[in-house]
Amino acid sequence: MATETFYDVMRRQGITRRSFTKFCSLTAAALGLPPAAAAQIQNAMETKPRIPVLWLHGLECTCCSESFIRSGHPLAKDVILSMISLDYDDTIMAAAGHQAEAIIQETIKKYDGNFILAVEGNPPLNQEGMSCIIGGRPFLEQLKEAADHCKAIISWGSCASWGCVQAARPNPTQATPVHKVPGLPAKPIIKVPGCPPIAEVMTAVIAYILTFERFPELDLQGRPKMFYSQRIHDKCYRRPHFDAGQFVEKFDDEGARKGYCLYKVGCKGPTTYNACSTVRWNGGLSFPIQAGHPCIGCSEDGFWDKGSFYERLTDIKGFGIEANADQIGGTAAGVVGIAAAAHAAASAVKRARQKTGEDSKTSELEGQD
Amino acid sequence: MASTPIDPPLAVEPAVYVYEAPVRIWHWINALAVTVLFVTGYLIGSPPFTLVGEASSHFFFGWVRFLHFSAGQIMAVGFVLRFYWSFVGNHHAREIFRPPFWHIGFWKGVLHEMRWYAMIEEHPRKYIGHNPLAMVSMHILFVWVGLFMIVTGFALYGEGEGPGWIHTVFTGPVLWLFGGNSQTVHTWHHLAMWAMVIFVIVHIYAAVREDIMSRQSIISSMISGWRNFRDAKPIDRDT
Repeated sequence: MATETFYDVMRRQGITRRSFTKFCSLTAAALGLPPAAAAQIQNAMETKPRIPVLWLHGLECTCCSESFIRSGHPLAKDVILSMISLDYDDTIMAAAGHQAEAIIQETIKKYDGNFILAVEGNPPLNQEGMSCIIGGRPFLEQLKEAADHCKAIISWGSCASWGCVQAARPNPTQATPVHKVPGLPAKPIIKVPGCPPIAEVMTAVIAYILTFERFPELDLQGRPKMFYSQRIHDKCYRRPHFDAGQFVEKFDDEGARKGYCLYKVGCKGPTTYNACSTVRWNGGLSFPIQAGHPCIGCSEDGFWDKGSFYERLTDIKGFGIEANADQIGGTAAGVVGIAAAAHAAASAVKRARQKTGEDSKTSELEGQD
Repeated sequence: MASTPIDPPLAVEPAVYVYEAPVRIWHWINALAVTVLFVTGYLIGSPPFTLVGEASSHFFFGWVRFLHFSAGQIMAVGFVLRFYWSFVGNHHAREIFRPPFWHIGFWKGVLHEMRWYAMIEEHPRKYIGHNPLAMVSMHILFVWVGLFMIVTGFALYGEGEGPGWIHTVFTGPVLWLFGGNSQTVHTWHHLAMWAMVIFVIVHIYAAVREDIMSRQSIISSMISGWRNFRDAKPIDRDT
C-alpha cells in the first residue's frame, strides 16, 4: 500500500472534512499566504504522501517538543502529530530500546534521501562527543549518519540553531549548532530558533514544506522570513508607551501596574527577531511582555552571553572586567578629559615661563638703550 | 647706544584662504549634528524619566529618536558631500579625508607634533592647513569612527524600517558581520559614540591650545576661512 496522505490519516482519526478545511485556511493565514493558498494546502494534504520525519534529540531540554505538542491550534492534538509521520522521536514514540533505535535504520533505508531530519538540541564536539550518548553511541555520529541520508534539515529551537545555554561561555563540552558541525553534508538547513520556538510557527513551517515541497523564503541567517523578519518591538502592543516615553522603572512601580514599556528593565524586544508579539503563546493567549516580564531575546544567537536579562546595556567581556559600554566609554572619555586638562595646565605653565623669558630679554635690550 | 643690533619688528605673513565655504558650512552643521546625536543617543540608551498620563498625549521618546535619526542622516549626507569635496576642493580639503600617509615627511611631521605636544619641542612648526598629527587623529577618530557610526546607525535604523533598501544595504550585511546579533551592534554603536566624544574633547582642546600657542590662527579660520599668521618665519611643508 502506498504511504497514506495526511487527509487519510486525519479522516481515520475522526476529523471531519469541515474541520480539515478550517485547518487549511487557518494555516494559510498563519503563513501570510493569499486565500487561494488554502486550497493549495488542502490539495497537498489530500494527495501527497506524508513526509517521513526523523526527530533527533541532542543536548537539549525537550522544550521544543513540549511546545510542538501544545500547538494551540484547534486541531493540534489530532492533526499536527498526524501531519508528519514521526517515525522516530524518542520523547513521544511508543517504542523503546533496540526496537526504537532500529526505526532509525529502517527510515534511512526506506526513505533514503527523502525524509526530513528534524534536530532538537545540538551535538557536543569535545571528548569525541562523549557528553551526549544516545543508544550507546555519541549523538554526533547519529546526527552525521542521519544527515547523510536526509533531504533537508530543520534546526528546531535555539540549541540546534545557535547553541543556546549549553554553548554559553565557556562552553565546556563545545556544544555546536547543527550548521557549524564539521563534516556534516551540505544539506539545506532551516533554522526555527526560540527557546522554545512558538508551536504555531513550528507547525506552519512543516505545513509549508509539505504543501510547496520547498522551504519558505529564508533570511540571511536561514530563518523563515514570515516569522523572523520583524522584531518583537515592531509589533509590541506596549510600543505606544515606548514612543511616549513611559517606562517601567521597577517591577513593582506604578508603571508596571499600568503596563508601561519594559525597555528600562532590560527588554530585548528591540533586538529580538521572533513572532511572539503577533502569534503569541498558548493559543494566542499571552506572551512574556504581556505577562509583565521583559523579553529575554531567547531566539537570538548567543543570548546567554549578552549579560543580564534586566539591563539594557550589554556587559562587554574580554578586557578582564565586566562593564557596559557607558562604563567603558565614560571612563575613557573621563581619562581623556583629565589628560586634556592636565596638558592645558602644563601648557599654561610653559607659556608663562616663555613669556617671562621673553620679557626679561626685552628688558635687557631696553636697558642697553 | 643704537649700534646694538636688535630683532626687526615682527613682520606678519599675509593671510591665506584655507577653508572654503563648503568645508566651513559642513564643519558647523556636522558639529551641531554630532552634538544632537550624542545627546539623543545617550537618552535612547538610558531614558531619563517616565512621563505620566495617557500614552496618546506624549511622543517624547518618539521625538528623541526622530531627532537622532534626522541628525544621523544629515551627518551621513554631509559626510558624502565632504568626501566628494576632498576631490574637487582646494589642496587642504583632502587633508583629513585622504591624508598623505605615503610620504615619509608626513610621518616626520607627525613625530614633530607629538614632541611638541609632549613639550619636548621648543617651537611649533607653522602649517597652512592642518598639522600632520591633527590629520592622523581626525582621520582615525573622526573619519573612520564617523563612518562606523553611519554604517551601524543605518543598520539599526533599517531594523525598524523593515524590508527595503536600507535593510538590504546596511542591516543585513552589518548583522552578518556582528554574528547575527542586533544587540552586539547596539553595543558597538554605543562604544563608538564614546570614541566620538573623546574625539570632540581632543579636537576642541587642541584647537583652543593651538589658537593660543601656535603660530597660526585656528578657530577664527574655521569661521572666516582665512588663516592668519603671527610671524614671518617660513611655512613648514612636510608634503
